[in-house]
Amino acid sequence: MATEEAAHHDEHHAHPTGILRWITTTNHKDIGTLYLCFSLAMFMVGGLMALVIRTELFQPGLQVVDPHFFNQMTTMHALVMIFGAVMPGFVGFANWMLPMMIGAPDMALPRLNNWSFWILPFAFTMLLSSLLTAGGGPAAGWTLYAPLSIQGGMAVDMTIFAVHMMGVSSILGAINVIVTIFNMRAPGMTLMKLPLFVWTWLITAFLLIAVMPVLAGVVTMLLTDRHFDTAFFNPAGGGDPVMFQHIFWFFGHPEVYILILPAFGIISEIIPTFSRKPLFGYTTMVLATAGIAFLSFIVWAHHMFTVGMPLAGELFFMYSTMLIAVPTGVKVFNWVSTMWRGSLTFETPMLFAIAVVFLFTIGGFSGLMLAITPADFQYHDTYFVVAHFHYVLFSGSIMAMMGGAYYWLPKWTGHMYDEKLGKAHFWSNTIFFNITFFPQHFLGLAGMPRRIPDYALQFTEFNVISSIGAFGLGLSQLLFVYVVIKCVRGGDKASDEVWEQPRGLEWTVPSPAPYHTFETPPRVA
Amino acid sequence: MSGAPGSYYLPNPSAWPIIGSIGLFTLLLGFMLFLNEGTAGPWLMIFGAGIIALMLIGWFGTVINESEGGLYNDHVGMSFRMSMLWFIFSEIMFFAAFFGALFYARTLAVPWLADTDLLWPNYEGGWPTAGPKGPMPIDADTAVSDPATQFSTIGPWGIPVLNTLLLLSSSVTVTIAHHALKQGARGTLILWLGLTVALGIVFLYFQAIEYHHAYSELGLTLGTGVYGGTFFMLTGFHGLHVTIGAIMLAVVWLRCIRGHFKPDNHFAFEASAWYWHFVDTVWVGLFVFVYVF
Repeated sequence: MATEEAAHHDEHHAHPTGILRWITTTNHKDIGTLYLCFSLAMFMVGGLMALVIRTELFQPGLQVVDPHFFNQMTTMHALVMIFGAVMPGFVGFANWMLPMMIGAPDMALPRLNNWSFWILPFAFTMLLSSLLTAGGGPAAGWTLYAPLSIQGGMAVDMTIFAVHMMGVSSILGAINVIVTIFNMRAPGMTLMKLPLFVWTWLITAFLLIAVMPVLAGVVTMLLTDRHFDTAFFNPAGGGDPVMFQHIFWFFGHPEVYILILPAFGIISEIIPTFSRKPLFGYTTMVLATAGIAFLSFIVWAHHMFTVGMPLAGELFFMYSTMLIAVPTGVKVFNWVSTMWRGSLTFETPMLFAIAVVFLFTIGGFSGLMLAITPADFQYHDTYFVVAHFHYVLFSGSIMAMMGGAYYWLPKWTGHMYDEKLGKAHFWSNTIFFNITFFPQHFLGLAGMPRRIPDYALQFTEFNVISSIGAFGLGLSQLLFVYVVIKCVRGGDKASDEVWEQPRGLEWTVPSPAPYHTFETPPRVA
Repeated sequence: MSGAPGSYYLPNPSAWPIIGSIGLFTLLLGFMLFLNEGTAGPWLMIFGAGIIALMLIGWFGTVINESEGGLYNDHVGMSFRMSMLWFIFSEIMFFAAFFGALFYARTLAVPWLADTDLLWPNYEGGWPTAGPKGPMPIDADTAVSDPATQFSTIGPWGIPVLNTLLLLSSSVTVTIAHHALKQGARGTLILWLGLTVALGIVFLYFQAIEYHHAYSELGLTLGTGVYGGTFFMLTGFHGLHVTIGAIMLAVVWLRCIRGHFKPDNHFAFEASAWYWHFVDTVWVGLFVFVYVF
């Protein structure tokens, strides 16, 4: 894409071509493309692992994989999806869109930007190859709880080092995002004029820098407990396995918002365009995002209600968690109010955005149920939790990214995607998603535990439905890949604006966006 | 792309990042094999570390040449400054994880463990402690006869307080050097910056003596329960950061001798000095919470 322009712009430099162009590139659009392709590849890998899980759970009893491999699949599915698909996917969007949205020529630190990406393939080589070691991959769950993770084999070490590498990548990427937003805005682009996607990424980057080092710290303690005789998580030496959970979730809860805030940003870009109205309550959106980020630091122990905490702790974490419903509710109402009396049209990005608002809200409500401590004693570690976080992560983060991809693909490639196929993908994706995950609410409420390869007979029907849905959901994504490839290779010529009078600087540049945009900063009124 | 006065400098494609990734991967793969008794482990680690060293020298060398070549403007300099501050923030959060472990163990985990009479009937808790199955603590700075049953801790008023004074004065000397740089007094700059590096090296020397003392006489090791773990991980990672900071300052010192930096443009000096103050501040936290209380 845009290679002619590249050659034109840089004819006085000997720029590498072919594979070396992608390895050595310092261009935010190239790096964004790399991130997005990597994310899509990992989405497929993680999806295949999910299908292994659903195949085993299609019937009660053990028939397809042995329980140890099942545990490896639940662990790896989560690690690959969180660190390989969702986080790099959003960084890909950030790379492509942030400089264009704020009128910058590129990211602030282009070489560091390249490194942030090129650590990831090595980290995932390390992580995925652990499946081939003696004893198999990590099987302690993605949370790597001690003492289970202390007993694992060399795969746990590989996971720890992969997490270290992903941490370096995320921190460097986040520093780049923050500095770009603070230092590279075009004249007149004040903070309160930033598009909401930029705002959500600014706050996400802050969360990343604050908590990825904590994850690095806690897995380092795990490593020393495993190999260097320390006793952080061993009561015989005065340590405590619960301490692992506290430090892990101090990272883990802000991480949840790292996975969703950029999605909120994408939705806040799409809905105004197809409602033909400015975003309702811009300022409250910014404040709500900041409020969610603040609260995310003081709610972590709601993942640990059943671990044995003092009553005061249970109450504090219950109330602080329920407070999050306030800023999140502000956002949902703002999106709905943006659509209210708008001239709505329902192109594929808008369909995804509306579905996200609706389905994410279901996930938000089940989250509120889980936040109630006494109720959580019943729901903890059941399929209700699995249903909850897939409603926020799949129909929140992933579907927002799909919507964002349809929304900006014409800008990236210069071609319109196939609207019919896009809509087909939307409907098949969304219907199969609900077939897969809605029954899991019932399974969880009835007491089916998560992360177990077998179940009691009374859970059979809902598991059969869920597994059928999962295969449909997986197949739907092949359609997505086809639509994306088709759009990259050709299609109707997209205009500069693409949509009807969308807001934002990215729509003022040609489609496809030239290799270098805004070398002379635009003036924002 | 590059060079036009007033425009933001955008670097050309670079191979240093991918070289860094290969180095990092090789180093960690080697470490993983080393931990799991693979014979190739140490060799891969050395090889990986070598690649990373090459990357750091090459990448920073490129940046130094670009900077001295006048390719950067104030706008680029501001990006560098902001990045360094956020990087230091990430380092603070890394230490926060270990401080968090220390506070959690001392104020919650150990007292709760002492209260569970059913499991550990004779365990009294308290701090320092190596847990119910670990050796018992005796007075600080006392040589132990049997490290299997006893351990001693390092009291704050020997080497640690001396090290505190060393690091605090090194923060002063680096500030004096900074003022000298801003006034263009090269001789003073080189003298005080050299002194800062020297103070850092003396600190590390004392720290090494202290570790040797702990292992050989006090029975205090990484394996001495939760006290030993938090003590050595906190002071060890701090020592690692002092080493990194001292190397940064030493490179800046050599650049000063070569005549690099201008009174109004010396990002590398500022960044290293900020890093040094951060290392210094962490030490004050360590001195108070690990040694004194």
